[in-house]
Amino acid sequence: MTGPLRVAVVGAGPAGCYVADALCYEVDRDVRLDIFDRLPTPFGLLRYGVAPDHLKMKSLQRTLQRTLDDPRVRFLGNVQIGTDLNIRDLLESYHAVVYAQGASRDNQLGIPGECLPDSRSATEFVAWYTGHPDSVPSAFSLTASAVAVVGLGNVAVDVTRMLLKDVDLLRGTDIPTPVLEVLADSKVSDVHMLGRRGPAQARWTPKELRELGELPGVDVVVDPADLVLDEASQTAVDADASLGRCLAVLREWAERRPSGAARTLHVHFFVKPVAITGISTVEGLRVERCRLNGNGLLSEGDVDLLEVQMVLKSIGYLGIPMSGVPFDEQQAIIPSVGSRVVRDGRGNLGEYVCGWIGRGARGVLGTNKGDAEDCVKALLTDAPQLLARSIDPRRIDVLLADRGIEVVDLVGWARIEVAESALGRAEGRPRAKIATLDGLLAAAATRADSEMK
Amino acid sequence: MTYVITDACVDIMDKSCVRECPVDCIYEGARAMYIQPDECIDCGACVMTCPMDAIVSDSDLMVEEQPFLDRAIEYFSEIGAPGGAKRHGAIGYDHPSVATLIPQTQE
Repeated sequence: MTGPLRVAVVGAGPAGCYVADALCYEVDRDVRLDIFDRLPTPFGLLRYGVAPDHLKMKSLQRTLQRTLDDPRVRFLGNVQIGTDLNIRDLLESYHAVVYAQGASRDNQLGIPGECLPDSRSATEFVAWYTGHPDSVPSAFSLTASAVAVVGLGNVAVDVTRMLLKDVDLLRGTDIPTPVLEVLADSKVSDVHMLGRRGPAQARWTPKELRELGELPGVDVVVDPADLVLDEASQTAVDADASLGRCLAVLREWAERRPSGAARTLHVHFFVKPVAITGISTVEGLRVERCRLNGNGLLSEGDVDLLEVQMVLKSIGYLGIPMSGVPFDEQQAIIPSVGSRVVRDGRGNLGEYVCGWIGRGARGVLGTNKGDAEDCVKALLTDAPQLLARSIDPRRIDVLLADRGIEVVDLVGWARIEVAESALGRAEGRPRAKIATLDGLLAAAATRADSEMK
Repeated sequence: MTYVITDACVDIMDKSCVRECPVDCIYEGARAMYIQPDECIDCGACVMTCPMDAIVSDSDLMVEEQPFLDRAIEYFSEIGAPGGAKRHGAIGYDHPSVATLIPQTQE
């Protein structure tokens, strides 16, 4: 007699949730999923990546929550795989393990001055304004008058928008209260968004880019000379309607005249950061003019100094190696073939990847849904062999109890939601995030304590 | 705000978009796909994946493309918001403005 197919998912972000959704849809009833997350809260980058003012995108939470609410699914938050439980524990307790933990490490520029205090990663900035427990509300003080944002993708766009947007337009969001206070005191007047390549190589999308040009009280400056395309770039734009729309947005910006607004966005293409200057604080970003040469870049030799007091780099994310799981250092992903983790040169039965940790930090949120369908297809192809394995389904709960891990389940998550709503209501907004791990754990446990009394 | 499917989808229905729509709001008619405007969360995943370039943000629609948005709104005014195309299944019929088009073939 075989029991249900038991699957562990590492990471409760969109990728992990979509794996659960696809499995629940494909398998009628004989499946049980445990979704682990190192944080007490589910939804990964939807909660801690999508900017607080993108409310419509945030509404995806309702869809993902439905998956967690499925009786065949359990959410086990505040459990760090690799520390609280290791991979062996999982492989002995489940028929299959899906790695969907994402890629949260920052890529580096590798230039002098990168270690100066106000040279930071966009990830840190995003973690700060989304109230990620890895950050603290005091992580940023916006005393710089000019900031350089390095990168030409949607994360750079988000970060730039949060720096430029009128704080009053953010008061209706769930942004943590202490973060709002810092934003209200911001001295930022100029943001320089820049990248080594041109408008045809940028990774942003039209709607997000256009939003920057619609911010009240913000002038946008683009050099029309940067928008003249070489042949390869023109071909790329002709083949991709999104790129064409972005270029149209940039061309409209290039025609604008400064209105004397309080804040200005400067967009620079074809500039490569070569050094961050300053002794104990950031005083400038030295950039070198480049031009495209096929897929490569050639230096033009001209060097410019942007007078900025803070640098935020948004040049990609890397996966973090996990003990006991193969890792491709070059690409910073878990190597896989057809969604199966590669061990000893071939796809291993019972271990799968989904999302950024498998394909690298590329694509938009929805890309993970297709990824999850592929992953589940592979898993279900292997299911007859996986079900023949003997596992100990009770073992995980015993280990977690023995090790004294404070697991936050769906009830705990619901309490966090209630507490965040209450916090928001007190300030006249729908919700305000609890921005510390202790705060989240206390909120998750509150009612449990009073119920016991 | 929503994304809108244009006539470039008619008689093609590649459906790559369905796979990547995070809220599963792209429904199947008989000859074309339709985005439910109230369910769409404006993420843009479908735009990037459509090989026909058939999907546009309503904020990008040119005047002559405006009927594509009206079409979607009318289409779903009867059907409502089913809450997920996969579980709902194909709708199976088209908006009159699609049904009456001359059959299109892929070049």
